[in-house]
Amino acid sequence: MIVYHDNQEEIGEIMYEIIEKKNLNKDVDLMVIHAPMVAKNALAGHFIILRVDDKGERIPLTIVDVEGENVSIIYQKLGYSTRLLGTLNVGDSVADFVGPLGKAAHIRDLKTVLGIAGGVGAAPLLPQLKEYHRRGVKVDLVIGARSEDYLILLDKYEKYCENIYIATDDGSVGTKGFVTDVLPKLYKEKQYDHTIAIGPLVMMKYVVILNKKYHVSTDVSLNPVMIDGTGMCGNCRVSINGKTFFACIDGPDFPGEGVNFDELIARQDYYHEEEHICNMKLVTK
Amino acid sequence: MKGPRVVMPVLDKDIRKTNFEEVACGYTLAEAKLEASRCLDCKNPRCVPACPVSINIPKFIGELVENKLDDAYFTIYDSNILPSVCGRVCPQEKQCEQACIVGIKGDPVSIGALERFLGDYSLENDVLKETKIIDNHIKIGIVGSGPAGLANAAEMRRMGYSVDIFEALHDFGGVLKYGIPDFRLPKDIVTTEIDRLKRMGVKFHKNVVIGKSITIDQMMNEEGYEALFLGSGAGLPSPLGVPGENLSGIYYANEFLTRVNLMKSSDFPNSATPVKVGNKVAIVGGGNVAMDAARTAKRLGAEEVFILYRRDMDALPARLEEIHHAIEEDVDFRLLLNPVEFIGENYRLKQVRCEIMELGEKDKSGRRRPMPTNTFKVFDLDSCIISIGQRPNPILKESTTDLEVDQWGRIVTNNHQTSIPGVFAGGDVVSGAATVILAMGAGKAASLEMDKYIKAKQSK
Repeated sequence: MIVYHDNQEEIGEIMYEIIEKKNLNKDVDLMVIHAPMVAKNALAGHFIILRVDDKGERIPLTIVDVEGENVSIIYQKLGYSTRLLGTLNVGDSVADFVGPLGKAAHIRDLKTVLGIAGGVGAAPLLPQLKEYHRRGVKVDLVIGARSEDYLILLDKYEKYCENIYIATDDGSVGTKGFVTDVLPKLYKEKQYDHTIAIGPLVMMKYVVILNKKYHVSTDVSLNPVMIDGTGMCGNCRVSINGKTFFACIDGPDFPGEGVNFDELIARQDYYHEEEHICNMKLVTK
Repeated sequence: MKGPRVVMPVLDKDIRKTNFEEVACGYTLAEAKLEASRCLDCKNPRCVPACPVSINIPKFIGELVENKLDDAYFTIYDSNILPSVCGRVCPQEKQCEQACIVGIKGDPVSIGALERFLGDYSLENDVLKETKIIDNHIKIGIVGSGPAGLANAAEMRRMGYSVDIFEALHDFGGVLKYGIPDFRLPKDIVTTEIDRLKRMGVKFHKNVVIGKSITIDQMMNEEGYEALFLGSGAGLPSPLGVPGENLSGIYYANEFLTRVNLMKSSDFPNSATPVKVGNKVAIVGGGNVAMDAARTAKRLGAEEVFILYRRDMDALPARLEEIHHAIEEDVDFRLLLNPVEFIGENYRLKQVRCEIMELGEKDKSGRRRPMPTNTFKVFDLDSCIISIGQRPNPILKESTTDLEVDQWGRIVTNNHQTSIPGVFAGGDVVSGAATVILAMGAGKAASLEMDKYIKAKQSK
């Protein structure tokens, strides 16, 4: 027999409830999740790791916004776990939601900054540009997407950016082409103290190459595969100037100049076939 | 003269290679009693001081012989709250069993197996010691739900404290859950032990990264914790530091084992986290974690699994039992080889280049130092698992300016007290990677200091 004191409190399973959900386009959702322990200390540049259900993967996503005890995330329904997440609705909960992880963005002392966003990379870039704007820095944005329908957060960016330059693959709005097609012209007209590029690895790779040519510094935000997100597994390691860093505890933001993007692209792609197997599971569900 | 040691039955090696079932099957009651009868009940038992937590070994063995199984379990529980865990993962052959007098002329009493038997008996029959807890409503917080934290939680709770234990991951148990594979320590054992602590009133909080979600400073100054215990372990993998280490296909043991153990990737795609090793797998290192990784790779279907170790067989730091099991499971030991470069194609691992070593003079550890020969050997590989040790995680230090750590990132303590008043620490985060039982011993010892500290502060 066990005798315990009457006052013993029972703590139930924590729920991370979805407070709000919005489709930003056909592939991308915004979700607001109740997570007070994440919201408490979150700053621009921090990320979270979530698991949709108790068999789920741990997936990292950048914190887009924090309001009170709620945390906003934006995700692209590409992989199995993000697609599964997309099947949840307001009132549902995710199994796990932990953070804030990583180092907060290093907000520099600047007069002008250029944000360069590709696709869903517009989501993690937003809190950084918002912070620069708050500090009175002149902020411009180059944003690229497949087509007009895939441009996200423009309404938010309009609040923080003086000029917004758009590139779309199909030319449905703005320049036809990539962000790297917009930049050279822009650099001929304007000077920036610094740039922050966030988007697909390939995009960041070519932005860094181009910026080097124009002698503009570039910070990038990396989003490699992670398990724990606290420095334990080493899955998210990245080579920068020949030295190894863990994106989860040393990043996710790094100066882009020394990043070995090709190695990172290969690491990102390592479980490609398995992702496909998982996606098949979702189709047959 | 007493009979020979009762050998614990193990799963057939050809069957176990294909699954994650526990390899060592445990004693039956009859086997346990027979083995217990080999104990000489020494007047001055040498086994007790050889146990890191000083379990009264002759007493529990005597009680087992007399069929007083509950009492025997309680005797262990007084010193060690997790006998079914420690009975499985303690290096008894270097502790109690090494000191056992019976071992001078034959095999020592199988103390670990008996401890395990009693731990399992208590779990299966829900035997728990009657504990009257008088709540003092004083809050203490514990960082990390591994062995150190669990031991600390049990002691503090028994003293009446209101105990909150914070875990960064989504499941509790620390290395017992993410590190040690099922075939050595089935996870339901850990879960049941944690449920028992919950029943005692210990409050477990998952998904909280101390230093990030909430800082030590916030816990002490805003949340009203009178004392904290830091038992966050040694979770940061040590790199080899050779070219090509970031090629795809190279894992640190932490990642590989966490994928399989915590994320249950052997159940992919039912469990969404994948793992792949291919057919040719090298494990770098010779400790218990290396053996766990090698045996796990085998179970995932790899045909050729080999250990690369820079010294010889005698110097392997792993437990003898683990080495034997690995050999039985066809893990190959390629010795006196030191990896110097990983060679890839399109950033995918293809080969490892090793320098052939020879043994020189003895070094500080008493083992002969491996010396380079400038001759090399290359092996084809599909994947490689680096398992050469772990260091403490830097998150606590980086978020806590006043927390003193040494050059290896280990928290500096004096009698379990850190450089911050009211903040105590123990286990791997203080000692560097060590054993489950040493961490538990530290967690328990720290609880006494925490109690003293709080009482002294309150009497002021």
